[in-house]
Amino acid sequence: MKKMSLMMLVMTYLASCTQNEQVNLHAAESKRTDKTLIYCSEGSPSGFNPQITEDATSINAENPYYNRLVTIQRGTTNVVADLASSWSISKDQKEYTFVLRKDVKFHTTANFKPTRNMNADDVLFSFNRQRLKDHPYHKVGGGNYLYFEAMEMDIIQDIQKVNDSTVKFFLKRPDSVFLANLTMEFASILSAEYADAMMKAKTPDKVDTMPVGTGPFVFKSYQKDSVIRYEANPEYYGAIKPQVERLVILITPDASVRTQKIKAGECHIIAEPSIADRKIFENDSNLKTYSMTGLNMTYLAFNTKKKPFDNLLVRKAIFHALNRGAYIDAIFHGMGELAESAVPPATWGFNNNLPTYEYDIQKSKQLLAKAGMPNGFSTEIWALPVTRPYNPDGRKMAEMMQADLAKVGIKVKIVTFDWPTFLAKSRNGEHSMLMFGWISDNGDPDSFLYTQLSCSGAEAGSNRAFWCFKPYNDIVEKAKRVSDIQQRTELYMDAQKIFKEQLPWVPLASAKAFRVTRKNVTGYVMDPLGRDFFDGVNYQ
Amino acid sequence: MIRYSLKKLALLAITFLGLSIVAFSLIRMVPGDPVLMMLGERGASPESYAEMKATLGLDQPYIKQFGLFIWHAVHGDLGNSIVSNQSVVREFFDRFPATLELSVVALLFAMMVGLPLGIIAAIKRNTFFDYAFMGVSLVGYSMPIFWWGLILILVASVNVFDLPFFGWTPVSGRISPMFEIDSVTGFLFIDVWFSKDSWAAFWDALKHVLLPAIAMGTIPLAVIARMTRSSLLEVLGEDYIRTAKAKGLSTRRVIMVHALRNAMIPIVTVIGLSFGMVIKGAILTETIFSWPGIGRWLVNSVTSLDYPVIQGGVLLIGMAIVVVNLIVDLAYLWIDPKLRDAHDRSK
Amino acid sequence: MIDQNELNAQMPTGFQDFWHSFRQNKGALIGTWIILIFILIAMLASLLAPHDPTKIFEGKYLVPPFWQDGSSSEFILGTDDLGRDLLSRLIYGARISVGVGFLVTVFSLIAGTLIGLLAGYRGGRTDTIIMRVMDILMALPSILLAIVVVAILGTGLFNAVVAVSIIKIPSFVRLVRASVIVEKQKDYVVASKTFGASGFRQAFINIFPNILAPLIVQSTLAFSDGILDIAALGFLGLGAQPPLPEWGTMLVSAKNFFQSASYIVTLPGVCILIVVLGFNLLGDGLRDALDPRLKK
Repeated sequence: MKKMSLMMLVMTYLASCTQNEQVNLHAAESKRTDKTLIYCSEGSPSGFNPQITEDATSINAENPYYNRLVTIQRGTTNVVADLASSWSISKDQKEYTFVLRKDVKFHTTANFKPTRNMNADDVLFSFNRQRLKDHPYHKVGGGNYLYFEAMEMDIIQDIQKVNDSTVKFFLKRPDSVFLANLTMEFASILSAEYADAMMKAKTPDKVDTMPVGTGPFVFKSYQKDSVIRYEANPEYYGAIKPQVERLVILITPDASVRTQKIKAGECHIIAEPSIADRKIFENDSNLKTYSMTGLNMTYLAFNTKKKPFDNLLVRKAIFHALNRGAYIDAIFHGMGELAESAVPPATWGFNNNLPTYEYDIQKSKQLLAKAGMPNGFSTEIWALPVTRPYNPDGRKMAEMMQADLAKVGIKVKIVTFDWPTFLAKSRNGEHSMLMFGWISDNGDPDSFLYTQLSCSGAEAGSNRAFWCFKPYNDIVEKAKRVSDIQQRTELYMDAQKIFKEQLPWVPLASAKAFRVTRKNVTGYVMDPLGRDFFDGVNYQ
Repeated sequence: MIRYSLKKLALLAITFLGLSIVAFSLIRMVPGDPVLMMLGERGASPESYAEMKATLGLDQPYIKQFGLFIWHAVHGDLGNSIVSNQSVVREFFDRFPATLELSVVALLFAMMVGLPLGIIAAIKRNTFFDYAFMGVSLVGYSMPIFWWGLILILVASVNVFDLPFFGWTPVSGRISPMFEIDSVTGFLFIDVWFSKDSWAAFWDALKHVLLPAIAMGTIPLAVIARMTRSSLLEVLGEDYIRTAKAKGLSTRRVIMVHALRNAMIPIVTVIGLSFGMVIKGAILTETIFSWPGIGRWLVNSVTSLDYPVIQGGVLLIGMAIVVVNLIVDLAYLWIDPKLRDAHDRSK
Repeated sequence: MIDQNELNAQMPTGFQDFWHSFRQNKGALIGTWIILIFILIAMLASLLAPHDPTKIFEGKYLVPPFWQDGSSSEFILGTDDLGRDLLSRLIYGARISVGVGFLVTVFSLIAGTLIGLLAGYRGGRTDTIIMRVMDILMALPSILLAIVVVAILGTGLFNAVVAVSIIKIPSFVRLVRASVIVEKQKDYVVASKTFGASGFRQAFINIFPNILAPLIVQSTLAFSDGILDIAALGFLGLGAQPPLPEWGTMLVSAKNFFQSASYIVTLPGVCILIVVLGFNLLGDGLRDALDPRLKK
């Protein structure tokens, strides 16, 4: 008994101590007026060089310290100038000339002090490292430049330095998406001077682990799986300056734990908040919620090469049989928008006037009868095996579809594989119906309408419907070659109309991105591409 | 004793080879291709896919891959992670201290609570205390710890029931980000003393480790309490204890000096066993409490098919467990001279 | 003349002796009752459950249980995030959990006993190799091994059962082997050997009955461990797949509702705890009753 009371005493002491500590901390904080912004992220970055990493988690960790030649205006999908003050495109659309800012300084860190401002050499270094197999840095960090590959940047014939502040890109063929691709993180500008210094010091991998950039925050340290620290860059050139002295990314992989942490005030902003906790966030007077329809798309693709999905009537019948509204409620908990087109509504060029195929079991049955299958048929749905930003629970959605289709006599077996196998097998066209999705990288409709629906996509496997429809294909091919936004918009409008008539997919939903901050956080702007930016963010 | 240790060390080498084979082949039996995994929805052209495979060395025949793995492992190099491209050995030792620290605190908690529970239950055999304590420890033993961890956060940190006194433990993490502790040893409770605000940082780290340690230590606690009770009961029934009592030694002294000492052997075994249990618990606990240790790291690497991390990590953990068992074995001999003689004679 | 009954009372048979001490152990009796109740629930699930456990009641998402406001008499324990009746899911969950516990125990018991008999009886090189392999299996963190095995076989309840059974094998092997080695030295075995009894027949007929007691205890514990491990795999998303109402899986798919609807997280956890507790109580009672050392 004595022992017990002693323990209680110790515990009470402990508790009172910590309370005092907290008070002291706050006092100290207000005295120094330096602020630490805490962002609780959903996972550990796989690296600190955006040329190599490709996951959203890493990108959010890299964005505080890097910039690109051009960028996407915060909160929109428009391409605007950044490290390049201006650019011009030649008549034949094969020559892009960028004029660089002259006032941009690279960060001074523990192991690097820049002697010159950012210039053309840095641009050349950043692209040539990824582009040229014999570049001294090409093999550093593994030599796999996934995004560079995926965005088909081998379209670059050559890059030339005209003078210290002018760079020219020569393309093999015109590509209207090229500029939008340069806004992506893999096109970040790294310091050539730092790279040279590290090569001399025989520690080239420090370029990737102790990054030096130009951005609003300076990378300071990373404790594995735990915390990434940054300090504000006092010399940042951008219009939106960092508002806090320090930025901390706290790695908190469990969504329900993140919920508790922001409620407890242990984070200012949380990544990927659980949609299921939306009510909690909304009811908490200390929290602020943000939402925005993201540039993503989840859909059910028919393998149009396989029977009976080559039959338009069957595709229409299935569209009518699916109660898509219910999926938004149950799977997205309302945080999704019903999709009617092949591109998400937040993209430019989105066609708002497409016909819909309402949920109607009778109509569906009639269409099936017309197609010669009044009693339905048996088939498979491949359920998305992992949680993706465009679909929080593929398995649950497949269960709901299964129940819906049973009502019109279509017996569905739910099939699932591990993620890589799922990707590989569906690329080979082994599926009948496939639940799939896509996240835009650069806001350009091309990545939806071309990559996933064109004939060349059907050949490569990125068109999971294996749908090759000439009238449609001609339009999207053309749109890839013109650079005038107005003209492209019109072409994409037509393309979406054909898509909706032919239905290679049932478009299901675009997930809404959802963020939560503490009430006292100001200046946070949501990004349709799902990135989190911290310059301009402050708290009271 | 030396011969015994040497023999054990030889067995270690065999276990090392066995573990390598198991780890290497198991992960390669997992369907799926790590390169495709990395490529995601976008995919890549067949040529660049082949090239990526080649740079990771995954295009070689398995035998050659295994040979290289062993050759490098013997030289202390377990390769680089596919995902992070960092040395596996480094990645492991950057995380291992966190797990070890949590395990040690969890075991300390288990001993500090488990031993007294067991002793009291044994002394007060068949009384209310005995039943209550043993009931509690059996409940602890039956606890699904992934659930227990969530409940702990909910009740202690979030304080859903608005209990007085609760609510001051942080939800997750190792230390609050206010404290910038440089990693000297990797053990936070040591590293805090090299930084400023040492005491404040120490308290903060202590607050953070409390809940995960309780979650992780609950099952070992139950095992220790039960084992202490039963081994103490057994010893208490022996003749020499009765003699000691008859000679007029106080009950307390008899228990503390004679009985407990003799009951130490099974207890040490259990503590050693619990270490394995704790490592098992680490995987679940670290996930729940965002603890930056090896448990989470390994689970993630299974899902991302990071071959080098799985084979290297499993090997290192397996070795750690084997070494701890060896230490326990030796401690066992050291505590009990009778056993030591028996071992030496049997050689 | 000594009365025959009196003689029986003085020299109770093995089973009577066991039953006598088992009955005195209140914990063991409680455990037995818990298990019997859950087995009953599992067997009568289709009669007891008010609804189909996988049926989705559209629009009735997250109906709270009876002790909270806004509850519905149709769903006594409320519904989950997809509008499925929680009580029915918990009842069917008993079927799954008791079932997997049983399967894990049977699989690992059979495999472990056979391997253990082989190692103990053969001795020599066979023994060394088997025990090395077992050591290696035991040096791997069991849950990690299970995770990898599940990754190989694919997620799913049956594969999780196989994975957990595999990690349970070494403890049976060690137990059986140790008992066999002890029994092998005993007179009656040596004697029957001289009479020409051979090989495995020996092991089975002579040795097996004598190691039955520790095996029963070990099996009870494997039962409870099996249920826990399957639930843990479910929690990590690697065990039973939804819509199967396995408690661990239910718990994890509801984890995000931790705060908004804590009952759908709490109840499956409590169920796991009670069943596992039941088996542990029984295991304890059995050990005490079967272990001759504690009989005094």
